[in-house]
Amino acid sequence: MLVLAGIAVIAAGFLLRFNPLLVVAVSAAVTGLAAGLDPVAILAAFGKAFNSSRYITLVYIVLPVIGLLERHGLQERARALVAGLKGARVGRLLIGYLLFRQLTAALGLNSIAGPAQTVRPLVAPMAEAAAERQGVPPGGDAIPAMAAATDNIGLFFGEDIFIAIGSILLMKGILEGYGIAIQPLHLSLWAIPTAVAALLIHGGRLWWLDRRLARPR
Amino acid sequence: MIGSGFLYAVAGVVFAIFALLSAMDVEHSRRWGNAAFYGLIALSFLGGDRIGDVGNGVLVLGLVAIAGFGWMGRSTRPPTAAVEREANAAKYGNRLFVPALLIPATALIGTLLFRQFPDLVDPKQVTLVALTMGVIAALAICYIWLRPRPATPFVEGVRLMDSVGWAAVLPQMLASLGAVFALSGVGEVVGRIAGHAIPDGSLVGAVLVYAIGMAAFTMVMGNAFAAFPVMLAGIGMPLLIRRFGGDPAVVAAIGMLAGFCGTLMTPMAANFNLVPAALLDLKDQSAVIKAQVPTALALLAVNTILLYWLGFR
Repeated sequence: MLVLAGIAVIAAGFLLRFNPLLVVAVSAAVTGLAAGLDPVAILAAFGKAFNSSRYITLVYIVLPVIGLLERHGLQERARALVAGLKGARVGRLLIGYLLFRQLTAALGLNSIAGPAQTVRPLVAPMAEAAAERQGVPPGGDAIPAMAAATDNIGLFFGEDIFIAIGSILLMKGILEGYGIAIQPLHLSLWAIPTAVAALLIHGGRLWWLDRRLARPR
Repeated sequence: MIGSGFLYAVAGVVFAIFALLSAMDVEHSRRWGNAAFYGLIALSFLGGDRIGDVGNGVLVLGLVAIAGFGWMGRSTRPPTAAVEREANAAKYGNRLFVPALLIPATALIGTLLFRQFPDLVDPKQVTLVALTMGVIAALAICYIWLRPRPATPFVEGVRLMDSVGWAAVLPQMLASLGAVFALSGVGEVVGRIAGHAIPDGSLVGAVLVYAIGMAAFTMVMGNAFAAFPVMLAGIGMPLLIRRFGGDPAVVAAIGMLAGFCGTLMTPMAANFNLVPAALLDLKDQSAVIKAQVPTALALLAVNTILLYWLGFR
């Protein structure tokens, strides 16, 4: 029972608005100590896992290229491109991006797009330009936030269709631990119904966004 | 063989330059905090395999101290004026998309190509290797075409990095917390409690607790990978699979996807929810989460129904 104190630390630390890195570190210490682990052993386990998950932080190497291109007007160009398109609608644009993200993620290409690689320099400015043509005042949070949300949803509910993605391999490994052998393909097939539902639900919300903006105000 | 060694060397150099540029930003009141934070990340990438597990743990404590005491801040270097960017956009035109699109294009082609050469490129890292090569190629093209000063791309890069700040390492921290939870047996305890909460013999109750528990525990841990072993051990295996004879593939796959619905709703999943808000300069830090919640809740309901429907035919 005592080991659950770490979960309480996370919840309380977050509600009290402590720095999340601090909260996570304290939670690890509390959990480990409650389980009777030696402090040095906790530190070593934490350090080991931190070192083997470095690939998550790799993506920030794109920032210099994106930053330089933005200095030379990349966002303005993305905006101008969409502003010049007659049929551009923010919902329609994001439905296209959602589909692109789901399909490429289903092929295992989950790092070809993302908040730093595509959303900030390209998708968000394009969405904003389209929305401005539909009468949305510039500078709001809603449209760029929807662009980032669409990127996440496309990724999450596309990637599990790919047989060699981390989550599929994790499931396979854990089920094997229980003596259940399952082919990755079998797991990935069961991700397809949810992927279709995600496309319908989020695509429906984006379609509705266009409808709402088209109404005379 | 090209693999994680190459990736981490490139990332280490980039973060080392970020650290150096932060240290040289004399107007920046918190420059030493930023420089130390990026410096420690560079050290982790370049030397993480040599400093041992405890050494890495101490490195993490350093990152936590810098972030926890609020020693980081944003660069004071002025951004390029909007007028100048507009002028540049007109001057360079749509060719500006070429380097930007070169990165995903290289990642795509490289992934497909490198899979044919498992001796040359580590098959487990093909996409990340291809992505990194795309970044290097795009940077090279930018240097030749746009002729910036050598430091300029990194000055712009560190400005974007500052807007992300400590959130950059939160996902890695949570993955590590998951390791400590596993070592401490948190999964077994949560499973025992959840098992007690389900009315005896109720399949619907077990399905509901499993799917919602997966999303809720993911929200706490910021990561479905950490929630999955816990919920599978607690409810998935003993009740859904062994007791009610559910299809293990469906229970696992849709359970994980229910967890992903939780990822969409939690600030702990910093790389998906907080980092984009920071990168897009949104006024409301939780704007991305708010945009995701309706889709996430609807999908969680769909996943629960799918699990009940497909798993127990």
